Amino acid sequence: MLKGRVHKYGANVDTDAIIPARYLNVSEPEELARHCMEDIDKDFVTEVKPGDIIMAATNFGCGSSREHAPLAIKAAGVSCVIAGTFARIFFRNAINIGLPLLECEQAVSGTESGDILEVDLASGKIKNLTSGKVFAARPYPDFMAKLISSGGLIEYTRKRLANRRI
Amino acid sequence: MTLAEKILAAHTDKKKVSPGEFLNVRVDLILANDITAPIAIREFRRMGVGKVFDPGKIVMVPDHFTPNKDIASAEQVKVMREFCREQGVIYFEVGQMGIEHVLLPEQGLVLPGDVVIGADSHTCTYGALGAFATGMGSTDIAAAMATGEIWMKVPPTIKLVYHGIPGKWVGGKDLILYTIGDIGVDGALYSVMEFTGEAVDALSLDGRFTMANMAIEAGAKAGMFRVDNKTQLYIKHRARRHYMVYEPDSNGTYARVIDYDVSAIEPQVALPHSPANARPVSQLGDIKIDQVVIGSCTNGRIEDLQLAAQVLKGRKVHPGVRCIIIPGSQEVYLDAITRELIGVFIKSGAAVSTPTCGPCLGGHMGILASGERCVATTNRNFVGRMGSPQSEVYLANPAVAAASAVAGRIVGPDQITA
Ligand code: SF4
Repeated sequence: MLKGRVHKYGANVDTDAIIPARYLNVSEPEELARHCMEDIDKDFVTEVKPGDIIMAATNFGCGSSREHAPLAIKAAGVSCVIAGTFARIFFRNAINIGLPLLECEQAVSGTESGDILEVDLASGKIKNLTSGKVFAARPYPDFMAKLISSGGLIEYTRKRLANRRI
Repeated sequence: MTLAEKILAAHTDKKKVSPGEFLNVRVDLILANDITAPIAIREFRRMGVGKVFDPGKIVMVPDHFTPNKDIASAEQVKVMREFCREQGVIYFEVGQMGIEHVLLPEQGLVLPGDVVIGADSHTCTYGALGAFATGMGSTDIAAAMATGEIWMKVPPTIKLVYHGIPGKWVGGKDLILYTIGDIGVDGALYSVMEFTGEAVDALSLDGRFTMANMAIEAGAKAGMFRVDNKTQLYIKHRARRHYMVYEPDSNGTYARVIDYDVSAIEPQVALPHSPANARPVSQLGDIKIDQVVIGSCTNGRIEDLQLAAQVLKGRKVHPGVRCIIIPGSQEVYLDAITRELIGVFIKSGAAVSTPTCGPCLGGHMGILASGERCVATTNRNFVGRMGSPQSEVYLANPAVAAASAVAGRIVGPDQITA
């Protein structure tokens, strides 16, 4: 069960906003986390606490393919991202590196910045502890659920390669 | 099946695939660059695999912060260079390299019918050649380097039909900016954009690369063109291996069909901070600028430089403007020298650079200070993309960019060449 305070943003938060390209001359997650969301919310880095939740309207993570974006969010301590929809590459990257994402328009419209949420990843249940409202995230397709439960893409691929060799 | 579905099916053991289906797809080429390769290499090692599946099908290009701008970026390229040497992966050193999406088609590394994945979102550029090409992250690339395969969900296809004859200064950039302005930055989310119609048939390959390049700016997974005589002519002297040409079935299922009449479209400018903020250049009013950048994987090809030179020839860059011109590859650079374009640029007062992504992503070679405005032929004008979060980027075609460099404010080429 995840629990944290919500940092809420609008639609089309792009990867340059999540981690500006000028910081991409390194790839250590902790270094990247220091500049997370810097250009659209300079206070994010000082205010974020371990377990906090990023929430956004639609198309979160559009733009570049940089895996540095979910890495920065994860290393900043964020426990999950909830949005109406995600950009395609960001979605893959986040799942691959183990940053949980939930798609749920109702939760986004029924939550304010600063609210405290409780999230059950297994069932997709999102509870707003501030308002008492409960929401259900869209379930993952079977294939993705399998990928997540094998421990991400690296583990999944490792297992596939091992099976091939037999 | 649509063009995308045909190509994907051919890279699996299936006869037919449909949107929504999850597949393991065999890949023909895998790409990474100096930003994304170091993470891909780290993840590849973590998988405990000794050798890449096929070094001849992997290419790494140091193009973003190169020639290296600082120690940190030099360290990143060092990781990548050493990995390529160790594994025998294709690598283009500074002096041979160009911006990856200009370079790979030029080198004949991408061919029609291919499935290409790249750890760079503009990998979709290769759709201009009738390939299925899409951007992914570093971990996906690591898995593909180990296995030669990648999982994909078959995307639905949106067909965009461009009718009519475009105006004098209207090119691929304007058609794609207009389209993104119409459908929005998530208008093609998770989908393939199949570009058709007589107006795109009339485009050169360079113009088609520009359009396919920006499919991602509408959220698309790929942007594709059918192979025609122009494509065949382009690859004739470049292809060094067998390739397949696929045609969409006449009864293929499209999620949407959108028609445009291009004769009504003016040169477009996308205002900050979204590529979807496209407006006709004549309706912008008086917007003074500090910088112009002509280059990038969107508009750094020879046709783009020719258009810029056509406008700049015999004219001077406005004293209040820095005009930076960056050929997309060494081949484009040499071609521009042979055609005497570089002399035109230098005489006009522009700075010309060796190929690099440079300012496109705010890396180096033309970073903006706060309050500054730039007209760029690049593909993104997000907050802080070219430097200060308080700077602004306006996206346009090379002729508009060059005309604006001369005028010191955003204008169409007609306003200075008339
Ligand atoms: S030119 Fe710009 S958009 Fe193209 S690959 Fe380089 S940084 Fe990315």
